[in-house]
Amino acid sequence: MTDATLSGPTRREVDRIQDSYMAQVRRRRMYGGLTLAIFVLLMVSGFVVADDRNAGGFWDGWRQMLDFPADVVSEAWEKRANLPGLLVRYFPALMETINIAAVSTLIGAMVGLILSLLSTRGLARWPRLITVFRRFMDILRAVPEIVIALVLIFILGGGPVPAMIAIALHTAGALGKLYSEVAENADLKPVEGLASTGANWTQRMWLGVLPQVAPNFLSYTLLRFEINIRASAILGFVGAGGLGFELRNAMAWGPGRFDEAAAIFVLLFGAIVFFDQISSRYRNKLTEGQ
Amino acid sequence: MLELKSLTKRFGDKVAVDAATFSVEKPMMIGIIGRSGAGKSTLLRMLNRLSDASDGDILYDGTEITALKGAARREWQSRCAMIFQQFNLVPRMDVVSNVLHGTLNRRSTFATMFNLYPQEDIHKAIEILDRLGIAEQAPKRAEALSGGQQQRVAIARALMQDPSIILADEPIASLDPMNAQIVMDALRRIHEEDGRMVIANLHTLDTARRYCDRVIGMRDGRIVFDGRPDQLTTGVARDIYGAGADFSEAATSTAIETLDRTDKKLVSA
Repeated sequence: MTDATLSGPTRREVDRIQDSYMAQVRRRRMYGGLTLAIFVLLMVSGFVVADDRNAGGFWDGWRQMLDFPADVVSEAWEKRANLPGLLVRYFPALMETINIAAVSTLIGAMVGLILSLLSTRGLARWPRLITVFRRFMDILRAVPEIVIALVLIFILGGGPVPAMIAIALHTAGALGKLYSEVAENADLKPVEGLASTGANWTQRMWLGVLPQVAPNFLSYTLLRFEINIRASAILGFVGAGGLGFELRNAMAWGPGRFDEAAAIFVLLFGAIVFFDQISSRYRNKLTEGQ
Repeated sequence: MLELKSLTKRFGDKVAVDAATFSVEKPMMIGIIGRSGAGKSTLLRMLNRLSDASDGDILYDGTEITALKGAARREWQSRCAMIFQQFNLVPRMDVVSNVLHGTLNRRSTFATMFNLYPQEDIHKAIEILDRLGIAEQAPKRAEALSGGQQQRVAIARALMQDPSIILADEPIASLDPMNAQIVMDALRRIHEEDGRMVIANLHTLDTARRYCDRVIGMRDGRIVFDGRPDQLTTGVARDIYGAGADFSEAATSTAIETLDRTDKKLVSA
């Protein structure tokens, strides 16, 4: 079926193309093989090093991995009659955790919105300062919430406010980055149209860009809210109040209060599943544009 | 060979293809015409089993295509190649890799994930590209090619499948007249030289008349015309497109020769 060439290169030319393409394929395969070998080597050697440094050792320890959860579950099962009462008792703590997440998501989203518009090419108010705002968001994202929370707790004392500030700062950085990626793909024609009527920067952004990107922004914000519920639960461990604080108190003393720990786990798990479901439903709705 | 028995596709309460029935006895080049929304694409997509029929059967050499599932369905798809209006190539991969995608059904998932194709397949891919006159483009990325070249890569991918049927969904609708002619010539040649059946959705009448052995006209999901190209008179065409007396083919034609024809008419008038 190759003889029917009407136009194009001659037979010898085809051989040349085939040879040069095969050479290219061989080179690519060699690079691919080398990369794979290096990857496997790094994985294996890294694992061995990590295992050597471990106090316990992975191979001896992994069988006991399930011992602690088994202890918690068996003790909680013995005292299962307490569970409903404990759920009611810790419900206010759950509300505190969710409140921390909600407030910090709201504040973080507002700051992130401003930062994102200021750091998007084509939209920025001061194009020369784009890099400054981007690096600022990098810093917000780079410092872990728990570090900010620890510093703030040291200054302000324990409680929900330091946790809220810590999560809000991180959220501003993370959402700003995501928002700015969405805004980068926004159509600039409406913005130009508004500029032609003499609108100022805030008007152009609010009326020209936001209507286009709002569904995506909202979807990212809901995703961040889910993440922040988990984050605020964890921050409770360092004394920021909410469920995490109660969980640490229940677990730190070892056996005896594991029924309380189990109740808190149930609450936390239930809350995360609940908000996960709600927000994923809304996010689907938004992205499908219904 | 190929037989459609009251093939129907419904989207909700809307009927996209309404009891399409026809049979093809021997490999030939068939053009399907009709205005947009008439159900042409839906019909081809059901033939390839990209979408499932709501009702009716497709029979090929006695096999009931509409009942195939899983691996058997994918095996049918590999024997029934499809060419799309927007080419549907993987833009960031090179031309030869795109052509080699035609062998995916025959090769193991693992080997294809790492782009490990046998040397004879690679050579065959380049020979097919040479047959279509674009062998020089072999190492380039698909996205770097012009529309006409990309469509020929898509045809090469279809040929790599070594199919019995080639389905072409508006293969020239996004090409300029010159490239449209090259692509249609290639499809015709494939039919004549390899004896493969070609079924093409076309949006211009003169293309259907010039290249096809048989023309099927669709309107609102129903087949309203089925016959030889010379039976396709202007009256029939008006019927297929639901157009009034002011309908003129030359007005929307994309064939280069049409210019001459209209010029002559103007001169003689």
